[in-house]
Amino acid sequence: MKILICLSNVPDTTTKAKFVNDNTAFDTTGVQWIINPWDELALTRAIELKTDAANTIENITVITVGGKDAEPTMRKALAIGADDAVRIDVEPKDAYFVAAQIAEYLKSNPFDLIFSGIESADYNGSAVGGMVAEFLNAPSVSAVSGLNIEGGQVKITRDIDGGQEEVSVEMPAVLTVQKGIAKEPMIAAMRGIMMARKKPLNVVAPVEVEALTEIVNFEMPQPKPACKMIEPENVKELVDLLQNEAKVI
Amino acid sequence: MSVLVFTENWDGKFKKMSFELVSYASKIAEMLNTQTVALSIGDVQEDELKKLGNYAADKIVSVNNDKLNNLDNQAYTSVIAEVATKEEATVIIIAQNNMGKALAPRLSVKLKAGLGAGVSKLPASVEPFTIFKKVYSGKAYSNVVIKSDIKILTLAQNSFEFEENAKSHAIENFEPSVGDVKTSVSNVQKQTGKILLNDAEIVISGGRGMKSGDQWAPIEELAEVLGAATACSRPVSDEGWRPHEEHTGQTGKIIAPNLYIAAGISGAIQHLAGISSSKCIVAINTDKDAPIFEAADYGIIGDASKVLPDFIEAVKEIK
Ligand SMILES: Cc1cc2nc3c(=O)[nH]c(=O)nc-3n(C[C@H](O)[C@H](O)[C@H](O)COP(=O)(O)OP(=O)(O)OC[C@H]3O[C@@H](n4cnc5c(N)ncnc54)[C@H](O)[C@@H]3O)c2cc1C
Ligand SMILES: Nc1ncnc2c1ncn2[C@@H]1O[C@H](COP(=O)(O)O)[C@@H](O)[C@H]1O
Repeated sequence: MKILICLSNVPDTTTKAKFVNDNTAFDTTGVQWIINPWDELALTRAIELKTDAANTIENITVITVGGKDAEPTMRKALAIGADDAVRIDVEPKDAYFVAAQIAEYLKSNPFDLIFSGIESADYNGSAVGGMVAEFLNAPSVSAVSGLNIEGGQVKITRDIDGGQEEVSVEMPAVLTVQKGIAKEPMIAAMRGIMMARKKPLNVVAPVEVEALTEIVNFEMPQPKPACKMIEPENVKELVDLLQNEAKVI
Repeated sequence: MSVLVFTENWDGKFKKMSFELVSYASKIAEMLNTQTVALSIGDVQEDELKKLGNYAADKIVSVNNDKLNNLDNQAYTSVIAEVATKEEATVIIIAQNNMGKALAPRLSVKLKAGLGAGVSKLPASVEPFTIFKKVYSGKAYSNVVIKSDIKILTLAQNSFEFEENAKSHAIENFEPSVGDVKTSVSNVQKQTGKILLNDAEIVISGGRGMKSGDQWAPIEELAEVLGAATACSRPVSDEGWRPHEEHTGQTGKIIAPNLYIAAGISGAIQHLAGISSSKCIVAINTDKDAPIFEAADYGIIGDASKVLPDFIEAVKEIK
């Protein structure tokens, strides 16, 4: 079985968002880049499954659509335990554009399972995974919170609104993963970091695709009015404010 | 031309979310001077379907097919696409929930329709079609132009103020062509008897400041008296103090209740990413410098184990 993980290179989750060029571009000054948290969990689960030989996972590949500046993050994925990496050499324009690039790669390089995260920490689109699946005309399962392999079959747990379902699916399939897929993200060991340098990171040329959306500019959230403080002895006053001022109870 | 809105049902019943979606769709239809078509997939009785008309749907298309009893993303997508084409939809509205996140991206590719994910208000303009969406997990917003002929928007839950606006409407049963279903569901576990976190108008949430899993009684009791759901910060669910479904934040659930009460939660940026769209936030924390107070509307500097019991009493007095 071959697994492909769509890996998004995103600003560290504590990064303060700032913009330049008249609020049309994200200010990357001083930003630490990380593997999108969900993609990191997907990678972790794939590696966990691969350590059991019975699961017959031959290969775990990570793929990123992005410029050369994404490579340190990709190397990190190799250090954690991916076998090889593919970078499609173009700046992402929108989710449709990214998914089209990944789908094109998959047409000549088939995989059995394709993982994507449920949401990227930058664009918050929840889009790329499902789009890749539709481009490939392959089934997809979203909100995957558990994954096992039994006798070559994937056993998936997915969250539905108000519950959970056990699902199985024909392969190739795209799984959009979320919380629960793995407990804690795996960290690279020293040996992994050494080995990562020698693992292949293939750079692939993009195809011609038009984006369907375009970001005009960014805005900061409206500043919040200062918090109204209430003395701990006066909880009654708080309840009164919630009832009569905020009108929420 | 039309605006198509996909409405989900739960065991044949619609929820507030469904009406919010239809109402939102009808406002966009007004901007485009066209009609609103609501699509329902599943076994929903006519009385229930009619309710969509109360939120300004002009037409309700009902699809009931055994192959669609479980969610197969591909099959559902092709049905929505078929109805969209039949109704000449130029805008399609879907919920930004688990089902919407599963279907909207597929539909985007199938119809070559640009996707605006997680909108919380009406488009600023329809020519060019400009939407406003959250980016960087709520640390910023962006204005995005959708350039394709067909547009798909997913609406963040509990983000749009809506009201009843009954219209005369037609109900039509439609038999789509459903292809092969490639996912099979073997076991379904539903949470019953509890107010679901995503639906709740009031949420009481506890963090590490609650000290341990067996200190949750006051949070549960306050939830009980307020008719609220319970939630928690990530470390609390990681420790196993509370179930994973309750974890809110960037890597957990993203919610927007009318009232969010955070007890013993420091207010880390990743936690705020999941709750900052709440209409009103109350923080109870011993540390006056805790960042949660910057996000909160009302705050009490104090020990949650003492404040919460008083809170419960005060609520009981007014109920
Ligand atoms: C990639 C990434 C993703 C993350 N995603 C999430 C996420 O989705 N959700 C999330 O919540 N976190 C997330 N985190 C973790 C986040 O950074 C914080 O560590 C976490 O939110 C802190 O939880 P807490 O507020 O419960 O605990 P703490 O930060 O330990 O805060 C406890 C608070 O309780 C107060 N306190 C102590 N005693 C009392 C008392 N008796 N009464 C009242 N108050 C008291 C303290 O003053 C303190 O402010 C993420 C982190 C990373 C790196
Ligand atoms: N530029 C990219 N390259 C590869 N995968 C991506 C890229 N952007 C997003 N993804 C994948 O799509 C998921 C959801 O991203 P988004 O649709 O932007 O919310 C991420 O978790 C990644 O798995």
